[in-house]
Amino acid sequence: MGVVRTALASRAVGSVTSPHHVDHYLEKLHPLWTAEAVRARVVGIERETDNATTVTLRPNGAWKGFTPGQHVEFGVEVDGVRKVRVFSVSSSAAAKGRNFSVSVKAHPDGFVSRFLNSRLASGELVYLSQAQGDFVLPAGLPDELLLLSGGSGITPVMSMLRTLLDSDAIRPRRITFLHYARSREDEMFTEQLDGWDDLPDVDVVRVYTREPEQGAELTGRFSVDHLKHLGIDPATTLTYVCGPAGLIASVRDAYSEQDAADQVRFEYFKVPTIDPALLEAAAAAASGTLTFDRSGSEATNSGNTILEQAEAAGLTPEYGCRMGVCNTCAIKKLHGAVRHVISGEINANTDETIKPCVHVPVGDVAVAL
Amino acid sequence: MSHKRTTIPVHYDATGHNQAPAPLSDATGRQATIGLDIMSREELDSFGTELDAVRLRTLESLGQADANYIRRIIRIQQWSEILGRIGIFTPFFWPTFVAGIMLLGLSKILENMEIGHNVMHGQYDWMNDPLIDGKRYEWDNVAPAQDWKHGHNYLHHTYTNIHGMDKDIGYGLLRIDEAQPWYPNHRFNLPAATLLMLFFEWGVMYHGLELGDYLKGDMSKEEFLARKKRALAKTRRQVFKDYVAFPVLALALVPMVGWWAPLAVLGATFTANIIRNIWTFLIIFCGHFPAEVQTFDEDEAKNESRGQWYLRQLLGSANISGTRPFHILSGNLSHQIEHHLFPDIPARRYPEVAREIRDICERHNLPYNTGRLSKQLLSVARQLGAYGAKPSDPYLVGNSPESKALRRAKREAARASAEGAEHLTA
Repeated sequence: MGVVRTALASRAVGSVTSPHHVDHYLEKLHPLWTAEAVRARVVGIERETDNATTVTLRPNGAWKGFTPGQHVEFGVEVDGVRKVRVFSVSSSAAAKGRNFSVSVKAHPDGFVSRFLNSRLASGELVYLSQAQGDFVLPAGLPDELLLLSGGSGITPVMSMLRTLLDSDAIRPRRITFLHYARSREDEMFTEQLDGWDDLPDVDVVRVYTREPEQGAELTGRFSVDHLKHLGIDPATTLTYVCGPAGLIASVRDAYSEQDAADQVRFEYFKVPTIDPALLEAAAAAASGTLTFDRSGSEATNSGNTILEQAEAAGLTPEYGCRMGVCNTCAIKKLHGAVRHVISGEINANTDETIKPCVHVPVGDVAVAL
Repeated sequence: MSHKRTTIPVHYDATGHNQAPAPLSDATGRQATIGLDIMSREELDSFGTELDAVRLRTLESLGQADANYIRRIIRIQQWSEILGRIGIFTPFFWPTFVAGIMLLGLSKILENMEIGHNVMHGQYDWMNDPLIDGKRYEWDNVAPAQDWKHGHNYLHHTYTNIHGMDKDIGYGLLRIDEAQPWYPNHRFNLPAATLLMLFFEWGVMYHGLELGDYLKGDMSKEEFLARKKRALAKTRRQVFKDYVAFPVLALALVPMVGWWAPLAVLGATFTANIIRNIWTFLIIFCGHFPAEVQTFDEDEAKNESRGQWYLRQLLGSANISGTRPFHILSGNLSHQIEHHLFPDIPARRYPEVAREIRDICERHNLPYNTGRLSKQLLSVARQLGAYGAKPSDPYLVGNSPESKALRRAKREAARASAEGAEHLTA
């Protein structure tokens, strides 16, 4: 942050703009002139595959940079509603300038990812958070490093590899980049990955699970045999895994079997479900798990309101009227879908405010309680 | 701050949403009597369904236009605040100085009413913008948002006009309704109301402490101390900004204007705050205190249906007619009826909703209390005057021997029935 922004975000200025944050005023002058709120303009949109896009962003001065592997909250405003999703940074942290990019695969049921792939235009304003997450490389790099990913889980490890290759610092003796995609058409960053084929200390291996190529080194889903074939010893290889839950589970199992569980760092990515047919079914069945993120507990969805389920789980959330009038109980729903008990309306956005006294979970839901 | 409970509720189920808010629901199964003198149960149910439909239709149509509107109002409010603060720094030229006071007053009115009050109802939560989020917003007023929201959003909007539950009936200071017991201090209803008008924000802050509840033992000491702490912190910030920081900045004017420049800035800010106090007081008093607005007993409202809840809101509120700028300055609380029916719908929609509500009221032959500001104000003043005089009925006088005997009898009956219940459970 520059001197001006630091001054504007200071307590002295805050006491004069009180009770409002100085950003409340600054954003009305220009949406990018905020002192603390991170915002960015879209400066480039690049198609990666038929349904994956890389969006390059120029953040304002409030952005404090990122460490490869971290993610960022990415909000766009559509019809007056800010829709927020979390995406991993995919660009190199060693690149010149402040710009960075996120790469996103469109999920047929993910509103923001679809929006990114179809409607987002250059010059558009994006509401960001600071980079967050501890899925990052250690300060002292290990001798051997495995970056393992599946599908769009490639983005954080791509950022790691790009940064390692871009920087002048000493890199691990051996880096293995193992990626699983459905097919070559479905793979992101294909061109750049092809270009790294002949690097001496980096072994880039891609496995196409549905449409394997002729004479491919490895085939099928991840298994311990893949590691053996590549000559990777789990006990001595620091491993970063990002991808669907299934992939992460089998990698962790494989490492546990060899007493190397402590070598694995992993990150899931969450996909919101808003497929109406699925939701109707989920609503009728009262299925899924309700996660109380702050207290770290969870409950099997009983079909009651979120407030009642939280109380049944022993939590004591704030509440007032218990009929959807007073807003006392309003909380953030982090992800998942909820149904309003009066209107029947279903909301499935990430990070939106709901009233737990009149909302029931539909499928898996996480709330900030 | 809302009360937190430790026990798990067993009787309340919001699914279906046709139950009275706790603690207005009990297990007796006896239905509330509100409105039964003018409507049948079936008619009350269809009235509730019609209003639910209006609410849903409006919520579904929210979008960019509503987002643009609230941001435009915020922009106007901020510019009038900035220009106002600049204006009051020109005490050497009275036209800009006076314009500055007016603009600062206007900005505080907009911020408290159309922005603060409405945002804190959660009317714009659907936008998911952290700067206009009902839970996070803090207004330009000495009353801390959290405690105001408890008394207003929860108590006042849920138990609207129920004696003993909605503490906004006379704010524990005035006698504005027949059913409130009369005490000698109510002889000063009108002067007390005038003072409250001038220092309304301080009244709101004091009201939020709920000292009465604490003294009666209805509130824990920790809770009360927490409220006091929040009120002091907020007051400190507000007073520092308005009466210390800006007057100190005005020291720069001393060489040019004279030693009194900081005092002029301080006085101008004070005046702007008073302007806001008077205006908000007038609008709010006209919303619930004109004649013909009805109040209710807890018994009537026990186990009310959704239609009855809506009806109580309708009968307990009054509108003020006026022009579009007037409505905006009132935070659209001139549409008090619509606000009470749908407190979480963005207020700019109340005028269009009002057309449908009037139509529904006409079809069901229900009263719809509306009138010009002058008419409603006069009515409020008359009420304050009339209810300030000592009633001839001794049961209406709070400290008469008759009332005391009645209260004692009620207490004993309650104790007896509680003991009876204990016997049954034992």
